[in-house]
Amino acid sequence: MRLAVVLRSVVLFIGAVALAVSSYADLTIEITEGVDNPTKIAIVPFMHRGKPLEADLAAIIAADLARTGQFQVLPRSGMLGLPRSEDEVFYRDWRSLGVEYLLIGRTSLQNQRLELAFDLFDVHRQQRVLGQRHANTVLELRGLAHGVSDSVYEKLTGIEGVFATRMAYVSVNGDPTSGRSHRLIVADADGARPREILKSDEPILSPDWSPDGRHIAYVSFETNRPAIYRQEIASGIRQQLTAFRGLNGAPAWSPDGQRMAMVLSRDGNPEIYVMELATEKLTRITNHYAIDTEPDWTPDGRSLVFTSDRGGKPQIYQVALDSGAVRRLTHRGSYNAAAQVLADGKSMVMVHRDNGAYHIAWQEFDTERLIVLTRSDLDESPSIAPNGSMLLFATKYKQRGVLAAVALDGGFKYRLPSPNSDVQEPAWSPKM
Amino acid sequence: MITSHAITSSLKNIILLALFGSLLTACASNSTQDQDADIQEPAVVATPIDQAPTEVVDEPIADLLETVFYFDFDQSTLKAATRAALDAQAARLRTTDGSVRLEGHADERGTREYNLALGERRAKAVADYLAIQGVSRARMEVVSYGEERPISLRSDDNGWSLNRRVELK
Repeated sequence: MRLAVVLRSVVLFIGAVALAVSSYADLTIEITEGVDNPTKIAIVPFMHRGKPLEADLAAIIAADLARTGQFQVLPRSGMLGLPRSEDEVFYRDWRSLGVEYLLIGRTSLQNQRLELAFDLFDVHRQQRVLGQRHANTVLELRGLAHGVSDSVYEKLTGIEGVFATRMAYVSVNGDPTSGRSHRLIVADADGARPREILKSDEPILSPDWSPDGRHIAYVSFETNRPAIYRQEIASGIRQQLTAFRGLNGAPAWSPDGQRMAMVLSRDGNPEIYVMELATEKLTRITNHYAIDTEPDWTPDGRSLVFTSDRGGKPQIYQVALDSGAVRRLTHRGSYNAAAQVLADGKSMVMVHRDNGAYHIAWQEFDTERLIVLTRSDLDESPSIAPNGSMLLFATKYKQRGVLAAVALDGGFKYRLPSPNSDVQEPAWSPKM
Repeated sequence: MITSHAITSSLKNIILLALFGSLLTACASNSTQDQDADIQEPAVVATPIDQAPTEVVDEPIADLLETVFYFDFDQSTLKAATRAALDAQAARLRTTDGSVRLEGHADERGTREYNLALGERRAKAVADYLAIQGVSRARMEVVSYGEERPISLRSDDNGWSLNRRVELK
């Protein structure tokens, strides 16, 4: 009971933050499922001196931490005081509210120079556990706030923070009769600051980030045939990498960024190839009359997992690049596809059909232990956060394509609805 | 009196204009008769109400043939009705030349890249059948759009069955 009430207040609080930023964010966050024992944290509005800031840093940090599911953020209305420094912190008050950690901060803006200081306190031990000072002449406020979130998250969980990362996705407008427009968007991981990097009347799909986060590869039908492109995000400069007869799809950068796995059907049916990007030399990896598609690299760069229906139904296989040896990884269910390998190289997430519904599932390679992570239907396109804590996926909600996220342990979920587009094909950027 | 005179004079004008117009037409016909004769003659016979006499003669027949072929869920095998429709298409294509584009499509269920492969497999099944019926493979191009170009946006059996298709263009 109490958990439900608290969760609702978290949702309300996030909702207020979403409203405040809606003028430049077209995806907002709705937390749909919480965890049982989140860490309770209070983030006091930062005291500010000088010219007013255009963003509420404490609110961005609060939304960041709430979005992980590992934290329950105390609403501002429940705070008994707004301390600006350590001597104004009354631990007893915060303890009475059930708060375990307290974050306070101070900012000033003078002559285009922004200064930020923050302190993190352990309420039970009554001591400061983290303190940092930042000075910044580039007024990149959201990035600055995400940086604070990263520091706090790393301190309290021991896991690398990924709040300053981005995501790519495809936004589709219009209907089949009047024609549909397709836009490839790059936004902050919280949906803020969306930027269109490609627009086309023809389909765009399968965006994939280069490991350095500077390029995106994707499939575009702009020539009325599919072709793979590589685009530098900052400059917009791009190259067409392939335009063979038949399928040109599923680009996947190798972990070292030097090669790209892809699917081509130029030899008759879909096969996995690896392209050496410096020379554009292609090596064919699979050789089977069935469909072979959706390659993803293991972290060591020495093998690929891929989807194949060579056994009759789509299942996940692994191929060693040196020997060409293939082994089947999935046996449960009649549809397993679009695998993404986790950083441990021993497990993956994938699309898994269960009783006719398409969910995202996690599976260990060797034990074949399988956990279904999502309960919605038509779930697809899983993309793992660079710290492995969560994944983005695409699903349907109220007849629209929406992005959603789920923790890798399955306990926490949020949705990123868009008011007027079908949103699909999420790709979480690496840490930059 | 005034009214009837006005009518008479405008009638005269119309007749004059008509005569002048037919003179012009006659001149024009004379000057282009030799070049257009071959094309005009069958078009006039086949489509007397058509405004464009340069239409290709077999277009109206092609319009009657099926150009969209539907498939069962996760299948690329041709249904009996599709084979019959493709027989008629093959008969038409054997008498013409020019390229044929076969666009394969899938419903939204399952992953996008797998559906691209599935759409290609369906379009290839159609291409293979037409090839057996004597249509040159060199004329046929297969392009798969997977689930990216739905006819229906409905997430139900009716919508999905409309989207699992190959379009001949």
